[in-house]
Amino acid sequence: MWFPRLASNRVLRGCPSEPPFALIRKEGNAERIYCLNDPAQSLGLHRGMSLADARALCPELRIEPARPDLDARFLGVLRRWAMRYCPWVGREGEDGLVLDVTGSTHLWGGEEAMLEDMRAAMARAGVALRLGLGATRGAAWARAHYGEGADLAQLPVAALRVDTETVTALQRLGLRTIGDLQGAARAPLARRFGPELLLRLDQAMGAVPEPVTPEAESPHYATRMTLPEPIGLVSDVMGVTERLLKPLCTKLLAQHMGARRLMLTLRRVDQASQQVELRLAAPMRDAARILPLFQRGVDTVEAGFGIDMLRLEAVQVEPLAVQQIGSADHGADRLNDLITRIGTRIGLENIQRFQPTDSHIPERSFLTVPATHSLPASGWQVPRPRPITLFPPEPIMAKGAEPPARFRWRRMAFTTGRATGPERIAPEWWREDPAWASGLRDYWKIDTREGRRLWLFYTPQKPGWYVQGEFA
Amino acid sequence: MRLSLKPQPFLRSTRVHEVCGPAAFAFAALCAGKQAFWIREAWLADIVLPQGMEAYGAPSGILLARPASQIDALAVAEEALKDGAAPFVILEITRPLDLREGRRLQLAAKAGGTTGLCIIPEGMGSNAAETRWRATPVFDPDREDSTLMRWESIKNKSGTLGVWYVRWDPQTHHLHVVPPVGLQPGSAGLPE
Repeated sequence: MWFPRLASNRVLRGCPSEPPFALIRKEGNAERIYCLNDPAQSLGLHRGMSLADARALCPELRIEPARPDLDARFLGVLRRWAMRYCPWVGREGEDGLVLDVTGSTHLWGGEEAMLEDMRAAMARAGVALRLGLGATRGAAWARAHYGEGADLAQLPVAALRVDTETVTALQRLGLRTIGDLQGAARAPLARRFGPELLLRLDQAMGAVPEPVTPEAESPHYATRMTLPEPIGLVSDVMGVTERLLKPLCTKLLAQHMGARRLMLTLRRVDQASQQVELRLAAPMRDAARILPLFQRGVDTVEAGFGIDMLRLEAVQVEPLAVQQIGSADHGADRLNDLITRIGTRIGLENIQRFQPTDSHIPERSFLTVPATHSLPASGWQVPRPRPITLFPPEPIMAKGAEPPARFRWRRMAFTTGRATGPERIAPEWWREDPAWASGLRDYWKIDTREGRRLWLFYTPQKPGWYVQGEFA
Repeated sequence: MRLSLKPQPFLRSTRVHEVCGPAAFAFAALCAGKQAFWIREAWLADIVLPQGMEAYGAPSGILLARPASQIDALAVAEEALKDGAAPFVILEITRPLDLREGRRLQLAAKAGGTTGLCIIPEGMGSNAAETRWRATPVFDPDREDSTLMRWESIKNKSGTLGVWYVRWDPQTHHLHVVPPVGLQPGSAGLPE
């Protein structure tokens, strides 16, 4: 199956009128046409043409940027659809599918009937389709691209999936069709063009096998249960959740994955649905541990006239290797469960850990990162004593570069008993920080006679004294 | 005299205690030890500096929870105390607890086998607290990097009150109880 206009068909599907349309893509410095529709082609536009030339030919051309990622996804959708014809469906390049229909054509009433069904379905879907049926993969490709139902020997050599240079060289030699190539001596051809050309020829003729590799379905982590009678009790909902969790966890275990975010959807009899989201502190696939974590969310659900369908989906999964039982870090597991439970109340990102960073600025010398995505950090470098609490600088009345002998702070009078310092910290010039607009700071640790040990700083560039922290 | 790093010798486990005073943070950091849950409401602007905490214990073992309100903070504290995954829970209080709230924390600590510590503003103690301490730093004329503190037990449900002068040694991680000048040496030593 070849979809010659896959990208533009994807965009224009369901669009009734057909103005000239093209998808453009930036290649180097020029914007070039990536895919275009039939009306645009009939005006003389072609793939690879620069946008400026295309505009000159067709001023009313509608354009949109190309999205190869969406095209690939669309092809994936078509691949899933094509599995109705046979189980062996693989991708062929960026815009084709290859189906191994051996043994399944009779289910559709013969080859012709099956091709007819494919054509009808794609015409309904608004996707241009070219079909090629052949005894080998190479033959099918050649017929899809160069003439459906044609005799293979009559097709040009380009139908052999060889690059354009080889095609040109072959044409210069007078070998224009596959039939010509078959008749030619193999040894000189192999010497002239390498083994690639003959391999392609043999693949098309069936002398060398070329299997179809079906793509593995990406696993889908969801389970659902429809109930004959609606339920309303919390214990019943939890019971059903338990029964949904077990197959889900088995599936996760088989794939060596762990759930990070789970979504429980409860559909009520009146078609309204409610969702309970559970975000876990660490990837998990232990049903017995996950179930109690749902309790809080399920408690808040309004059952109404009853719930008759439940669906549990692992929205976000992460790789989780199999662990040996017993020797595992049980304490860390318990702590993660606790973080998850608390996280359902205050939000997982509000449970944090300290991480050191490289900065001399005391407020920026550490980070608080969510505990769910970090490990306990080691390596705290404390070259000089730091206060245990830090508050926004509070100005005090004092003069001069030397620490004051007496000062008042927060309506308390202090006498300096000992001053340790200064420690000069310069602002980070590469960062705009209004708090450090006053320039350099000379930090002093002041042990007051009253007992409190304070962290003061003096700003020599803009004279003033401030209290910023307290040692204990 | 030396004490081990664990808070058990002077804070009875499976109970919730209270501390106030200017050195309350140092007291809490010292008790926190290796693994602790520190619950701090999100709107509090003061920063607890991990480098400052490093002198008293490991900041890497601290899990910081930032709930939006005191109601949430109490719920988180109760959950953490009851679970027992973190052996020590520190809660910063911003309004006085009533007897019911204080009692619930006590029951949670008992159920989880954990120790709790509330950092309270002066005079906001709860009747349910097992002990209440006032920690104040003391000027030490002899040592420059001194961490001399005065710990005063101002409430004790199951023991006597007293005053201790302590100094934390960040190198050896030991708490020294020192007899202060002008005080009888008899008061050195902490309650059992």
